[in-house]
Amino acid sequence: MCTVCGCGTSSVEGDTAHDHDHAHDHEHPHDHQHHHHHHRHHHDHDHDHEHEAHGHAHAHSADAASIDFGAGAAGVHVAGLSQERILRIERDILGKNNDYAARNRARFARSRSFALNFVSSPGTGKTSLLVRAISDLRGRFPIAVIEGDQQTSNDAERIRGAGAPAVQINTGKGCHLDAHMVGHSLEKLKLEPGGLLFIENVGNLVCPAAFDLGEAHKVVVLSVTEGEDKPLKYPEMFAVSDLMLINKADLLPHLDFDVSQCIANALRINPDLQTLLVSAKTGEGLPAFYAWLEGRAARWARANAPTAVAE
Amino acid sequence: MHEMALTESLVELIEDEGRKQGFSRVRVVRLEIGALGGVDGEAIRFCFEAVARGTLVEGAAIDIRVTPGEGWCLDCAKTIEMYERFGACPECGRHHVQVAAGDDLRLKELEVE
Repeated sequence: MCTVCGCGTSSVEGDTAHDHDHAHDHEHPHDHQHHHHHHRHHHDHDHDHEHEAHGHAHAHSADAASIDFGAGAAGVHVAGLSQERILRIERDILGKNNDYAARNRARFARSRSFALNFVSSPGTGKTSLLVRAISDLRGRFPIAVIEGDQQTSNDAERIRGAGAPAVQINTGKGCHLDAHMVGHSLEKLKLEPGGLLFIENVGNLVCPAAFDLGEAHKVVVLSVTEGEDKPLKYPEMFAVSDLMLINKADLLPHLDFDVSQCIANALRINPDLQTLLVSAKTGEGLPAFYAWLEGRAARWARANAPTAVAE
Repeated sequence: MHEMALTESLVELIEDEGRKQGFSRVRVVRLEIGALGGVDGEAIRFCFEAVARGTLVEGAAIDIRVTPGEGWCLDCAKTIEMYERFGACPECGRHHVQVAAGDDLRLKELEVE
């Protein structure tokens, strides 16, 4: 099982054999600069650290990231704790995901694809929004979709029915998409230059917040059948998103949902968040969403113009 | 439960270090979790027992240090400590605070043999 992404339990639709290779290509160009009792280690992680607290005898092994407390004259530094070493690691646990996300991002830049990561709790109408957006925008942009769900390819089939190529990722037990899964699915999806890529994440308002997929923006979808305090209850997702779509506006006459309170709550978490009230059913508010999308896509395209991107 | 995926990444990362640095057993794993990072230390502990089974880190103790979040209060124009995403500035009580740090999740140190 691939423990990087948990993809032993996930599958990309159409994959028969799971034959990816993880590039374990961490380079360690260690650059030793030994000073007496003031050791500075330089390696390829983005940090320096200094040890000044260790006044007792310890020796440095050949590896810069290890300090061998057992290498003194007696072979031990505390009686009874033989052969024990303390290793300074200083690695970001999400580092691997972030590496994969950076690769995806470079790939989107090369293929000039503007990628959006749609996140929400289950049942907010993400797929309906995408189906509607595909039929409204198809004439203006080539559109491709990556669908994430624990099980079934129902959503990918709905997207294909709307006329866009789609790849379904089933995460199995996984509660979110990660950048590695998205990288795999890109092998199966032709990205048209100047096109849009919609990534519909697993319905979950918690976990997908932590995993960068390489997208240009996260778009959080909330529906008016939920509570207006959701941004306060699940702040991470609203903190990392750039746009909040409040969907199912057509149901507002039947509900007590307070739109302005919901927006106020969201802005408390993220003062830079933009918010739009929309209905995938009636189309209300969608022109504003499309205007946001086109504006951001144009800005992104300028920032990622071929001259600005290292191939 | 993205803690499960994070814990799997953590164990993978430790195994990776084990291959590079040549240790065969880990006694203590020291983590640093930012208070604003949305990662639950107890959930990491819970997952760790299951994920570590059969690896060189099986049976290791986990030592988790929660680092405070850091924000910049626009009204006071100074750095403040934060313990929740939408925390108010402890000095002025207002919410014009930008989160500056405290959502990291790092493997700091290993005690190995």
